[in-house]
Amino acid sequence: MPNRSLKTYTIGDKVLVALMLLLCFITLYPVWYTIVISFNDSTDSLRGGIYWFPRKFTLQSYITVFQDKTIIKAFRVTILRTLIGTVTNVLFTSMVAFALSKNHIIGRKFYMILGTITMFFGGGLIPYFILIKNIGLYDSFWVYVIPSLFNFYNMIIFMAFFRELPAGLEESAKLDGANEIVIFIRIILPLSLPVLATIALFTGVYHWNDYFMGVMYTNKQDLQPIQTFLYRIVASASASKTVVAMPAGVAAQQVSSQSVRLATMVVTTAPIVCVYPFLQKYFVKGMLIGSIKG
Amino acid sequence: MKQIQLHKKTFFQRFRDEKYLQIMALLGIAWMLVFNYAPMYGIIIAFKKNYRITVPLFSLEFLKSEWAANGGFYHFIQFFKDEEFVNVMTNTLGISLIKLFVNFPLPIVFALFLNEVRSHKFKKVVQTISYLPHFLSWVVLGGILTTWLSETGLFNELLVKSGIVAQGKTYLAYPEYFWSIVILSDLWKELGWSAIIYLAAIAGIDQELYEAARIDGAGRMRQIFSITLPSISGTITILFILAVGGLFNSNFDQIFVLWNPLNSSRSNVIDIYTYNVAMRGMRYSYAAAIGLFKSVAAFILLFIANKVTKKINETSLF
Repeated sequence: MPNRSLKTYTIGDKVLVALMLLLCFITLYPVWYTIVISFNDSTDSLRGGIYWFPRKFTLQSYITVFQDKTIIKAFRVTILRTLIGTVTNVLFTSMVAFALSKNHIIGRKFYMILGTITMFFGGGLIPYFILIKNIGLYDSFWVYVIPSLFNFYNMIIFMAFFRELPAGLEESAKLDGANEIVIFIRIILPLSLPVLATIALFTGVYHWNDYFMGVMYTNKQDLQPIQTFLYRIVASASASKTVVAMPAGVAAQQVSSQSVRLATMVVTTAPIVCVYPFLQKYFVKGMLIGSIKG
Repeated sequence: MKQIQLHKKTFFQRFRDEKYLQIMALLGIAWMLVFNYAPMYGIIIAFKKNYRITVPLFSLEFLKSEWAANGGFYHFIQFFKDEEFVNVMTNTLGISLIKLFVNFPLPIVFALFLNEVRSHKFKKVVQTISYLPHFLSWVVLGGILTTWLSETGLFNELLVKSGIVAQGKTYLAYPEYFWSIVILSDLWKELGWSAIIYLAAIAGIDQELYEAARIDGAGRMRQIFSITLPSISGTITILFILAVGGLFNSNFDQIFVLWNPLNSSRSNVIDIYTYNVAMRGMRYSYAAAIGLFKSVAAFILLFIANKVTKKINETSLF
């Protein structure tokens, strides 16, 4: 940042600050509005005119959300896939990276070429879908875990990190008779917490926010994550042209389903939004290593 | 020394010595063979007559099944003749090109502006807020959009109140608004996040350059155009190449949420079309052919963009 010697604020500075404030407002307001409506009485919301705060405050939508068995189940799927998916991805990817960070191993060059090709070519959605069906992952919880077990891109980031670690520790462990698996678990992993955290955060956000796998690879309602559940409501809402022209009963149902939808959205997003400001250092770092390697 | 010792061992001995490392590496290779290479092999269905989902990819039945007409290229030819072809290409490239000309440069502008903010604290706060939308999923943003843009939603409420329109409408049900919705919502979501790379590049610029420019009497604008922009042009170029390579990749996550049969004439992009052809129409071979056409076209674009930028300013991806 240019360290200006003059400390007076010009008109340019003021315009700039105003612009940035406007941008912050545009960014925050839609989120704030969603929260406000989700806390407002659903029939009252229909009258419009709510902009800043709830007019008729109620927790009804949230009570509905937390009593809905389907929603609870969907949250459970999301939490499970995020936890299991993230832990297994980080462990598996870093394990492969540890092996490939050793220049001397047989076939390393070949392995790396195999991996690099995958960054440029892929089979595409349909052959992938057929594969998932063929290997029996369709309609199985593990479809969220096994196909996301490994990521070549992240593997390269891990590899670069492992190479910077001092070789001495590993050497002495080897003299004590430890094999590479023990070394990896006991020595390498504890030393790599910053990079593990960074990759885990990205993978975790991916799992938390992904809805498409639940649409594509499962038909069972019990297996749909919360984002897929939301997707189905949102998609049907965007296609329905009008609320007013419907029979009263249907319209009322639509309205209450809107506030329940908003409440579900708030509950779904809250964990990430509350956590990211404190972890943004890691996110930014991850984004930067990623972009340099790419 | 070590090198010489290694050469004396046979291949088998070396392999045994590093067996644990090999197991670790080969597990990763096995994963890639299944989840990256098997689908590549699966592309064969694009050249088969009409693949049925019940036939396993790795079976004699599949290999022996009939090939498509026209030397296997029947489905590709069919796609070019398809009445949806022009529409699909227009939507895909139209949305992507507008994104390239609007949503690509704006994060650079934002980064330049933010860099000019003097208060460090204020800058940090703006930055943190600007990341927020990136962490919302497209489903959640889709939910916000359907709420705002519905007939009784906030957007219409304001328009009606200010007398601009007499009666609101559900914007997502009309094709003519679709592109604007897609482009603006993408901008809202990713503006701050995309600026990270540029801000990092700007932070790496040698401060003495600015010092010297100021002594020479260069104003703020002059400094931006003569120092900041040229210093980050390498970063811009690399990201530009990648963006051009992705022109055929409409943001599937986004469009899949906002797409519906009513706005289909402006929202049917290659990816959506492929999905519907396969998952609703069960025409797997045809869908795979469209998918393959897309990857090949994307790769060619990436290659050309790389070549051109290499010529112009000597920065390239590979």
